[in-house]
Amino acid sequence: MGILDKIGIGRLREGLSRTRSGLLSAVTRIITGGQRIDEQMLENLEDTLIAADVGAGTAADIMQALRDRSHTAMSADASALLPMLKEEIGKRLAAATVSAVEPFSLPATRPYVIMVVGINGVGKTTTIGKLAYRFTAQGHRVMIAAADTFRAAANEQLEIWAKRAGAEIIQQKQGADPAAVAFDAVSAAAARGIDVVIIDTAGRLHTRTNLMEELRKIHRVVGKHTPAAPHEVLLVIDASTGQNGLQQAKQFGATASVTGLVLTKLDGTAKGGIVLAIARELGYPVRYIGVGERLEDLQQFDPQQFVEAMFEA
Amino acid sequence: MFEDLSRKLDTVLKRLRGQGKVSEANVAETLREVRRVLLDADVNYKVARQFMDDVLRRAVGQEVLQSITPGQLIVKIIYDELVQLLGTSHVGITFSPLPPTVIMVAGLQGSGKTTFCAKLALHLMAQGHFPLLAAADVHRPAAIDQLEVLGRQNGLNVFTKRGADAVTVAREAVEHARLGARDVVIVDTAGRLHVDEVMMQEAEAIKAAVQPHEILFVVDAMTGQDAVTTAQAFHTRLHYDGAVLTKMDGDARGGAAISLRATVGVPIKFIGTGEKPDALERFHPDRLASRILGLGDIVSLVEKAQTQFNEEKAVALEQKIRKSQFTLEDFLDQLLEVKKMGPLQQVLGMLPGANRLPANAEVDESALVRIEAMIRSMTTEERRKPQIINGTRRRRIALGSGCTVQDVNKLLKQYEQMQRMMKTLGKGGRMDRMARGMRIHS
Repeated sequence: MGILDKIGIGRLREGLSRTRSGLLSAVTRIITGGQRIDEQMLENLEDTLIAADVGAGTAADIMQALRDRSHTAMSADASALLPMLKEEIGKRLAAATVSAVEPFSLPATRPYVIMVVGINGVGKTTTIGKLAYRFTAQGHRVMIAAADTFRAAANEQLEIWAKRAGAEIIQQKQGADPAAVAFDAVSAAAARGIDVVIIDTAGRLHTRTNLMEELRKIHRVVGKHTPAAPHEVLLVIDASTGQNGLQQAKQFGATASVTGLVLTKLDGTAKGGIVLAIARELGYPVRYIGVGERLEDLQQFDPQQFVEAMFEA
Repeated sequence: MFEDLSRKLDTVLKRLRGQGKVSEANVAETLREVRRVLLDADVNYKVARQFMDDVLRRAVGQEVLQSITPGQLIVKIIYDELVQLLGTSHVGITFSPLPPTVIMVAGLQGSGKTTFCAKLALHLMAQGHFPLLAAADVHRPAAIDQLEVLGRQNGLNVFTKRGADAVTVAREAVEHARLGARDVVIVDTAGRLHVDEVMMQEAEAIKAAVQPHEILFVVDAMTGQDAVTTAQAFHTRLHYDGAVLTKMDGDARGGAAISLRATVGVPIKFIGTGEKPDALERFHPDRLASRILGLGDIVSLVEKAQTQFNEEKAVALEQKIRKSQFTLEDFLDQLLEVKKMGPLQQVLGMLPGANRLPANAEVDESALVRIEAMIRSMTTEERRKPQIINGTRRRRIALGSGCTVQDVNKLLKQYEQMQRMMKTLGKGGRMDRMARGMRIHS
């Protein structure tokens, strides 16, 4: 994994640098050394958090903590604000570090089943391609289950990614029962001694009860073949998502038993601050981040690094 | 439970309505809450601030302070400002006097461009145009396949050229349209990040090559604060003529629309309301504003009802209800009328107060299908005199409609309850007023 990590981290820096430069300039504009803390400064800081899609509620909560802490230090040097802010954000992201499984590592269970869910257009298929690649690069045998039987040409797109990643693929024709595809894949994987099965599901809005029930069914049917499967359910969230992301996490969490998040498209200017709100309210760990369109552009999420990258001078 | 913008505004304004007069202090306090509501709806924070300033300036004038119902006035002011921000009228596609009209569709990855292109083509076809779809997304794996499949499923013409670059595909598609007597070309481009210089140059090159008469920017309704940045960046490079707001069938209330209007100023021309190829609607600023404020999309509903609901039948039905002669046959008629208005989910969404329904409340359309099947499996006599339906008949109806006897029992029981309810309503109660109201609207 050593070489991969080297490529990966360089790419992560590159991806996050845009996020970083955006926030950094805003923050340094607000906090220039030697100045005294005043209400205007705090308000600007709150705006900066809101601009990062952290959400008005979470931003207010962070600012309250900051006010409480700096109350005694009010009219003290403003340079103390930044470390405090980082700390408060880090504290709220701490929930997001707790996960039973190391990213990019496979527990002993065979086949290990990962199900990927999310609304339309967040990058599920791309994420699956990248994830599959990481596992095949470690010498594991990967099978992808094409359970997005709804979208036109979903099979074709997944096939291309599977080929790139060197993974096997199980698919049926468009309109087939997604739960059946998932079940077939898991049984085929068990029979052929595959290490990991990644189930792609159709994008669906979290407000569509019947489609959400379909997810519950896929989850249940897979569990019938292999109890405890799917071992991981990853919810993919687009970094540009606003406050609706919280609803997505709640609904997918309730029906598909989400175990972790993947934050995609961090290579744009979107800050992905919604994961802070999700971490604060639901405590789902962010497992991976997507920082580009290449196979290697899936990284492990590191809260400390994420915060540092946001405010690094 | 999910709280959307209109529901929150409802709470805030309810508090206002309870008070006698509006003072400067409590307007300011209310507006702070409204600002929070706007932020939660993903309206850009700068836009929200400007919006609140405008409302405050107008609200703290004489008109509100001297008004008898200050709450209503504030609702009106907020509504007016929202409508103004969203744009005042519906703007359609600009067609070229010399066909083919070229429409270029651009946006970020995953915003729903390809789906929108197919919807737009269908929409234009219904208006008598002959659109050609150009598969100029040569980057995303299987994007060409996706457009081809959509074309095949919906009877749309799709131009593809595998292996060619996007500019060539777009240019040849326009040529192809000219020769093939197609009067509109819709160019589906690859999703791209606004910071991806190479890809933005490609978009500019496509624009330069085909000189589109209309460029549409597609934006996801769930986009957060960054909507302003991307909308501006794309506008700087492409100077698009309009925007399309997709995934509006979710519970995101479209704060991005407000941000986009306020920063770029181009009209929002369409909204995408589902995955089905016909789930495309024209954008009506006033309707979105009233939906945001929880006033319900009454205009849309009345319009739909007007085109679909037969006035004479309505009057006849009213008569029957009055005389408590509402039979299962009438029930079926009624059911079919409602069905004509479109998916029940959509019809429900347009009703005022629909936002107070649980967010995940979904109408079971299949129940209606079963009811229809059961009634259709009855003889005319049975429909008119349901009391004659005995055990044998129930079994036959169940068999004929593919339902169980329990389903038939349930239907008959519901019918009985409905009849009892209508008897009470028939006595000049609410139904009378409802029927009158219906006629005023139509």
